[in-house]
Amino acid sequence: MREAGMAGHGAASAALRRYLLLLAQEHLEFRLPEIASLLSLCGGQFSGEQEIRVNSPFWILNIPSEEMARGLMKRTVCAKSIFELWGHGKSAGELYASLKNYPTDKMLPYLHSDSTYKVHIHTFNKTLTQAQKIKKIDALEFLPFRGKVNLKNPEHIFWILEDYGMNPNDVPEEPIHLYFGRWIADGQRELIESYSVKKRHFIGNTSMDACLSFIMANHGRVKPNDIVYDPFVGTGGLLISSAHFGAYVCGTDIDYNTIHGLGKASRKNQKWRGPDENIRASLRQYGLEKYYLDALVADFSRPIWRKGILFDAIITDPPYGIREAPRRMGSQKETVKSVERSTENHFFVSSSYHLSDIFFDLLKFGAEHLVMGGRLVYWLPVYRPEYTEEIIPRHPCLKLISNCEQLLSSHTSRRLITMEKVKEFKDQDANSYLLDGQYMPYRGHNSFRDKYFSGVTKRIAKEEKDNQK
Amino acid sequence: MKLLTHNLLSSHVPGLRPGGGFPLRIEAAEVRERPVPFNAAFVSRLVPRLRWDALREAAESLGRPSELPPEPTPGYEADEEFLRRLHHVLLEVEVLEGSLQCPDSGRRFPISRGVPNLLLTEDEA
Repeated sequence: MREAGMAGHGAASAALRRYLLLLAQEHLEFRLPEIASLLSLCGGQFSGEQEIRVNSPFWILNIPSEEMARGLMKRTVCAKSIFELWGHGKSAGELYASLKNYPTDKMLPYLHSDSTYKVHIHTFNKTLTQAQKIKKIDALEFLPFRGKVNLKNPEHIFWILEDYGMNPNDVPEEPIHLYFGRWIADGQRELIESYSVKKRHFIGNTSMDACLSFIMANHGRVKPNDIVYDPFVGTGGLLISSAHFGAYVCGTDIDYNTIHGLGKASRKNQKWRGPDENIRASLRQYGLEKYYLDALVADFSRPIWRKGILFDAIITDPPYGIREAPRRMGSQKETVKSVERSTENHFFVSSSYHLSDIFFDLLKFGAEHLVMGGRLVYWLPVYRPEYTEEIIPRHPCLKLISNCEQLLSSHTSRRLITMEKVKEFKDQDANSYLLDGQYMPYRGHNSFRDKYFSGVTKRIAKEEKDNQK
Repeated sequence: MKLLTHNLLSSHVPGLRPGGGFPLRIEAAEVRERPVPFNAAFVSRLVPRLRWDALREAAESLGRPSELPPEPTPGYEADEEFLRRLHHVLLEVEVLEGSLQCPDSGRRFPISRGVPNLLLTEDEA
């Protein structure tokens, strides 16, 4: 009986192996869609051990191969490291029992006598003394370590990971969960620093922080040799992360000066933009110029692209009028909001681009021009007291994949919406979703913006008051 | 503006006949060739998305009869010479100054410092 059971267990674990993912504790809601998207990009699917505790930094994943685990770590900015999980439990005793059950033949390749290794301890929500750490490492001496310890440059690194729960005001004496595994790979957290907006050559007032722009490219399943398009490209920050992952990028923006890198600088202590501040130069700064296709001056509410499948992903941060007013070229019937002079020496007029129209245009555009399976990733501003899932714009050709909230203030947030093209676009699909009675919050021209601003104004007033204290 | 981008663009002047406005005619005052590392897999992926006649026409209008065949050669994915030619035309030739003209309405969209400006004026939109 026991043997039969063991054999069955062996077959299952050969098909799917258990890995421990150590995640960074920020952008919590964005992590599951990122990991799921990346696993599907690597040809796998998200499959967790029991129920994943979404806010925990430790997830046990079932992945078919170490190669796929490495593929995942080449892309993720949400996860720090991945380990081949050798054992885990809710107490030290449970961990040791679990380790004693781990097949020896799976350990031995990493423990043989001419190898070098070290054991590292990682704790969450508690700091251990050196003596405590050594004691915990010594307790593992029942494992058949045959190699030599090498702290500087070991071939194999084993980690003890201890979880002391999520509450910093109530840290238990003993960990609530313990894990032991062989380190396989780190994720791409260092990109957040190396692509920091602070060091970027060309930025605008609304440049996306580096971590979120990599998350967007990952939710969008951007892959090498894709064409990625940003219809509200601004200074091109979102394109940089896609290009980093090997996609060719292009963008359009209604703002002539931004595309050409003219006008006032967004940086403190700098009045005007330099001669070489544009999207291409920005990519060049990171050695990514070869992925630059083009940046054009165009109004997204006008169809400048010909019919057909043109793009693999659309990744964008539409202007919702918080810091940059949405604009589109106005007709005479519409209210004239502002008059600008372009350097081509003709006047053009831009009027406010209704928020609801931006999203209709964006979904229709994605449905029409994305490859099958291609993704649209964009931010949706939300006035929180009125939010329900029904206000997420829908299109018959696009399937909602994920919807992650980032809080901006007590009343406002923005949601990163990821949709995937699942159905061929036909002309009759173009406006079908307009019949649905949803999106009312965005329909009333500027009502969203007014509410949004009232929240922001209150917050600023409060902050100023607090500062005076 | 690269010829790849040109191949994907269309005029959007109101009142065009269905399917009109493509391809935009290139009137180039300054063209530059800038080397881009060759990537066979990328160029190969682009082929099904291209409007071939428009691409050949655009290359010729820039005085670069590109030696592209009348149609993509069968098995082009493995034809490096073909892919290199196509790579050059799509990604290395850039129009810096000039304009794009709508074939139906005659409307011109200026290109300056490599960037086409596709905005319409108030009267047109």
